[in-house]
Amino acid sequence: MNGETNNKNQQVNTSLYSKHLKVYPQRIMGTFRRLKWMVLGTLLGFYYIVPWIRWDRGPGAPDQAVLLDMAGQRGYFFDIEIWAQEVYYLTGILILGAVGLFLATTLAGRVWCGFTCPQTVWTDLFLWAERLIEGDRNKRMKLDSGPLTAAKAVKKITKHFFWIIISLLTGGAWIFYFVDAPTAAIDLINGSASSTVYGFVALFSGFTYLLAGWAREQVCIYMCPWPRFQGSMFDEDSLLVTYEEWRGEPRGKAKNEDGKKIMGDCVDCGLCVNVCPTGTDIRLGQQFTCIGCALCIDACNSIMGKLGRPGNLIAYDSISNQLSRAEGKPAKKRFFRPRVIAYVGILIAVIGIMALSLATRSRIEINIQRDRAPLFVTLSNGDIRNGYTFKILNMESQGNSYILRTDELTGAVIHVIGIEEDGAKEVVLNVAPDSVGSFRVFVRMGQKDLEYKSNDMKFVLVNLKTGIEIEQETVFYGPDK
Amino acid sequence: MAEIEKDPVSGRDTTGHSWDGIKELNTPLPRWWLYTFYVSIIWAIGYWVVYPAWPTLSGYTEGVIGYSSRAELANELAARDKSRIVWTDKFSALSVEEISKDSELLNYSMAGGRSIFAENCAPCHGASGSGIGSYPVLADDDWLWGGAVGDIYTTVKYGIRSTHEDTRLSEMPNFGDEGMLGETQVSDVAEYILSLSGASTDKASVTRGAEVFAGECTSCHGKNGEGMQSMGAPRLSDGIWLYGKTKQNIISQISKPKHGAMPAWVDRLDDVSIKQVSVYVHSLGGGQ
Repeated sequence: MNGETNNKNQQVNTSLYSKHLKVYPQRIMGTFRRLKWMVLGTLLGFYYIVPWIRWDRGPGAPDQAVLLDMAGQRGYFFDIEIWAQEVYYLTGILILGAVGLFLATTLAGRVWCGFTCPQTVWTDLFLWAERLIEGDRNKRMKLDSGPLTAAKAVKKITKHFFWIIISLLTGGAWIFYFVDAPTAAIDLINGSASSTVYGFVALFSGFTYLLAGWAREQVCIYMCPWPRFQGSMFDEDSLLVTYEEWRGEPRGKAKNEDGKKIMGDCVDCGLCVNVCPTGTDIRLGQQFTCIGCALCIDACNSIMGKLGRPGNLIAYDSISNQLSRAEGKPAKKRFFRPRVIAYVGILIAVIGIMALSLATRSRIEINIQRDRAPLFVTLSNGDIRNGYTFKILNMESQGNSYILRTDELTGAVIHVIGIEEDGAKEVVLNVAPDSVGSFRVFVRMGQKDLEYKSNDMKFVLVNLKTGIEIEQETVFYGPDK
Repeated sequence: MAEIEKDPVSGRDTTGHSWDGIKELNTPLPRWWLYTFYVSIIWAIGYWVVYPAWPTLSGYTEGVIGYSSRAELANELAARDKSRIVWTDKFSALSVEEISKDSELLNYSMAGGRSIFAENCAPCHGASGSGIGSYPVLADDDWLWGGAVGDIYTTVKYGIRSTHEDTRLSEMPNFGDEGMLGETQVSDVAEYILSLSGASTDKASVTRGAEVFAGECTSCHGKNGEGMQSMGAPRLSDGIWLYGKTKQNIISQISKPKHGAMPAWVDRLDDVSIKQVSVYVHSLGGGQ
């Protein structure tokens, strides 16, 4: 930054212990404000509507399109059903989220922060309610600094009442993602929901109220880790909310005697600071308190329009473009940069891997637990018996029958508790749809047929309908040889 | 008297204390901390009023809502019993044979019986009934008093040589100590018993022992040593030996027999639990 252009605005109080100054963002209209309202409406719409979408999965399964059933340890997303042990798909979603965020930041700075982050969306919503009741910036400042009158108390109470209503609607909607929405809504209203549900509603509502009503920009500045390293996601070609310093400085309204302009385009009206939800002065250059919401662009353009000066003194612009324009060179825009291509590549790869693994994943899993106590049992006729707890996870929405047999052990016979048939080579096991079948399986064989103390053995499970076989290795123990 | 002055460097007040000329800046507690502290105090006072808090000479202050963790536990146990009533009613109404044939109740018993077993039975019979020393293995197919689920139920309920009047009771006579059999006779009959499971080495002794066995032992242990479960007389013709498989072990069991005992669980567990644990033991693999 040029030393000569220093003025009072640039002498920022940098004390780490300075008292928090309340920010009173001023109302502004413009392109980006409209865009922000649209994004806000869309996101809130999704948030409230999604849990109510119904999706038929057949009898016995929940008919909610998006549901995280914690008690049942299942995640439902339209036609995709995730069991607890498949939670690694969440890793894929997290990677997609992170890389998507990096990509957006590389392209257009902190668009996530400024437009879509829940903190921003709900702060906007709370500010809207605040403005509706207490008025715009100047009125609010006056109200806060004035004495406590009856009118002030009424306004404050009304505001907090509305904030709490919004908070409750927010916290209340969140739990619909975890329980059946229609029943939960009725239970919530008539007071028959569980204390856990009410506890979570209170928790989420409380934090909405605290973060969007009270903490606001302090969440972005002091709590959120993202602003601290997002600087490394930019490059000189990223589109950032920027003040065109070369055009704006020196600031001021002064004109020389013949009415000719001697100052830069910035008239130092301060509207860009007044509208900023974090109280940032963008004219000081890139800083981590700027969340990239672009409201200062709207503010500056409204002033430039009134003054008849060209707009976009504050604009989405890249560092390299600014530099070349400051030097009077043609505009310079580079979209396809190595890191953009790399992020897109990673995104496509992760989506591909996830889609492939989802499409080919097995809807059955078997878990075998060999009994350790006793390791083996010697029967009265000298035969050796081993016990196994055999679990079949049938993740299909239909019941299945399987044939169970052993492999690699000659003369081994099976007995399953609860099935009369004893000493069979094969046993048929039935598992209900979308559930875990647990069986006590005993394998028995003559001592003389055992070669070693520990013998390799396989369980083979054949789906009766499809004929698909699954093998699982285990061991069969006998006495010392 | 301490004198508060302004520190020229930081512009802040001092505490007014001076130690060897060293003064300290007054740094008050952060307000959020202080307020949290005050709220905690108010909370504590509210807590004293609502919950049991202070000891008195004869007891304690009970608090206005009359909370007690004992009562809470009792409530939780009652709620648990109530939530299980659908199941416990079925268990009360059905016999163990019927329970073990119903796959739903069977699974319930295997889970419930497992924890009952671990708590009450495993100290002697070992985890999963694997047996410890002279406490029998429950996972094999050799049963002293019968391995049908009904037999197991009776054994668990009334015990073996227990103090209950319906206990399972039998006793092997003291053949050696009371002079009913001579030393060689005991040795011969032990050799014969070994021969029943093909473990004998002395043919002549076996032949002699067979005669003794026919005279003294068959009434309980059966003609061919197949045992008699109604008497709790063990089968002698298999490879499973509760008190050891060597000839010496067998001799000592003939001349001075040991007898295990098991308590009558009807005195300690409710009928539903006894039924569950019986079905569980039956499912350990040896049930008949």
